[in-house]
Amino acid sequence: MSIVADSLTKILTGEVPVTLVKDVSLRIEPGEAVAITGPSGSGKSSLLYLLGVLDSPSSGELYIDNTKVSSLSDSEKSKLRLKHLGFIFQAHFLLPEFTALENVLLPMQRLGELTGAEMIERSKTLLEQVGLSDHISKIPKKLSGGQSQRVAIARALANNPKIILADEPTGNLDSVSSKQVQEILIRLAREFKRTVLVVTHEEEFARSLDRVIRIVDGRIQ
Amino acid sequence: MNILVSIALKHLLSRKRQSLVSLMGIILGTGFFLAISSLMVGSEKDFLKRLVDNSPHITISDDFRAPRIQPAEMSNSAIEIKNVRPFRETRGIRGYGEILDFLRSKPGVQASEMLLGQGLVTYAGKDTSVTLNGVIPEDLRSVSTIEEYLVSGKVDDLIANPDGILLGSELASKLAIKKGDIFTVVGPSGTVRNFKVLGIFRTGRRSYDETQSFLHITRAQSLLGKVNRINSIIVKTPKPDEALNLSREIEKRFLYKSISWQEASEDLLSTFKIRNTIMYTVVSAVLIVAAFGIYNVISTVVLEKQRDIAILKSIGFEPKDILKIFLSQGIILGLVGCVFGLPFGMSLMGLLMSINFKPPGATQSIGMPIDWGIWQFMVAISFALGASILAAYLPAKKAASVNPVDIIRGGT
Repeated sequence: MSIVADSLTKILTGEVPVTLVKDVSLRIEPGEAVAITGPSGSGKSSLLYLLGVLDSPSSGELYIDNTKVSSLSDSEKSKLRLKHLGFIFQAHFLLPEFTALENVLLPMQRLGELTGAEMIERSKTLLEQVGLSDHISKIPKKLSGGQSQRVAIARALANNPKIILADEPTGNLDSVSSKQVQEILIRLAREFKRTVLVVTHEEEFARSLDRVIRIVDGRIQ
Repeated sequence: MNILVSIALKHLLSRKRQSLVSLMGIILGTGFFLAISSLMVGSEKDFLKRLVDNSPHITISDDFRAPRIQPAEMSNSAIEIKNVRPFRETRGIRGYGEILDFLRSKPGVQASEMLLGQGLVTYAGKDTSVTLNGVIPEDLRSVSTIEEYLVSGKVDDLIANPDGILLGSELASKLAIKKGDIFTVVGPSGTVRNFKVLGIFRTGRRSYDETQSFLHITRAQSLLGKVNRINSIIVKTPKPDEALNLSREIEKRFLYKSISWQEASEDLLSTFKIRNTIMYTVVSAVLIVAAFGIYNVISTVVLEKQRDIAILKSIGFEPKDILKIFLSQGIILGLVGCVFGLPFGMSLMGLLMSINFKPPGATQSIGMPIDWGIWQFMVAISFALGASILAAYLPAKKAASVNPVDIIRGGT
């Protein structure tokens, strides 16, 4: 799935309007792994939310797989996120009352395309792939930061999305866990041919991906 | 289980104590609602049953709503007539056979002719006036409930012995008459007849038990000097609610004054309306307070679970899914509240039923009239669920409108 942005702009309205993303145009090919870097507050996360259909732009157009996103209804956007976009956030974005397995099950249960047994089977496989087969019935509180983040990755992959969006996925992790998460993301791009978009501070990690987009003050530099 | 419901359940279980407190509110609210409304409805039904059963549904009397024009009033001004006195007519319902045929042609309607009058009872040197209800004993069972109140004797005895009489208990004790005694009744025109007491009835209404008696219509006609005349028709309808319309129809057709029980007790019926309004206001207040408890717990959950809402939305849950999650929390609380609240209400009802008391001046102790009709349960359930859903809807709507980006941005 390709992502095409045509002069995306996001302005936060308020007493003092703040421009988060300014006139960003870009094209991301299917299977491409792209890093979005930039200083804090440069608008890179905001850009990611726009590209991931989590937020709607103030102006400009976004095309995912050649579909104009602004023409979709809210419900269709939700469906698009559910099926084709997998989000990974900075940290601890798991539902606290649900076990690792149940967290991974959520998107599948919402989509409802598999049978219950198939869903559980797939969740177990995903957790195994991120190296957590021993922790499937633990609640997030009992997991370390790195483990939580890997559960979040497994959950993002649940419905086999074509595009993975990660917002500083290693931001709160120690170096060992960071490495593991980075490796998983690289493998997703290389082996599984997913489109991967990562907002990151880690220069080395960014350079290991196909392309680096640098954002300063909401613009591509 | 539906994923939305299971999320809702986990949210509630994560705040056990608060959920439990709001649940208690619903349980108490539903229970009291049920108990009080069943008591109110029960007492109303009990009262109406007494009212409806013990009095005829329709009474047709030999009066007219507008008095008939006297011949002297029809005169013109050329003639002056002085000392006019109304024409002396023999009172009674004329052509009552026609009225009875008309009434009996209606399915389920029971009607019987009666002659009412006053007599004087003389017994053991005591005199007292008595209302004579001249009835057809065979019809007595179908048009009145007097048989239920007989403390001794049977209506059958009156059918077998036309010279018998049924007396009110207070009247009997005033005269010191027992069942089987024979006493004398003097009619207004001086006719004297002896009657044998075949039964004593006690309705609990003192004024009634003190004055009323039932005897064969032919004996009443001869005592009152009105042979072959009747002055009243009493009617029982299968559905008491239809009495009002039927009585209007009778009056329109036969002109005789026809009074339905609704008309006779209009004041009481309007009192019930007011009483019901007060009752439902009060018991609703209990549930409204309970609804605030639900509102409180769900708003707290919504506030606490902003991050969860953002996660679910970023995964691809729609706003209406989020709405459903929090709405189902209200429904769960409401349902569980009903599951425990209804038995609680029922035990309250049982407790109320076991209370017996004796109102001042009454001769018998009475129990609380409780209505166990399904209607009360339906109203209690729908009210509890309605309050819970409404209380959940407001915070749920707020949750559905949470913008995930705001939360995620704040969280990172």
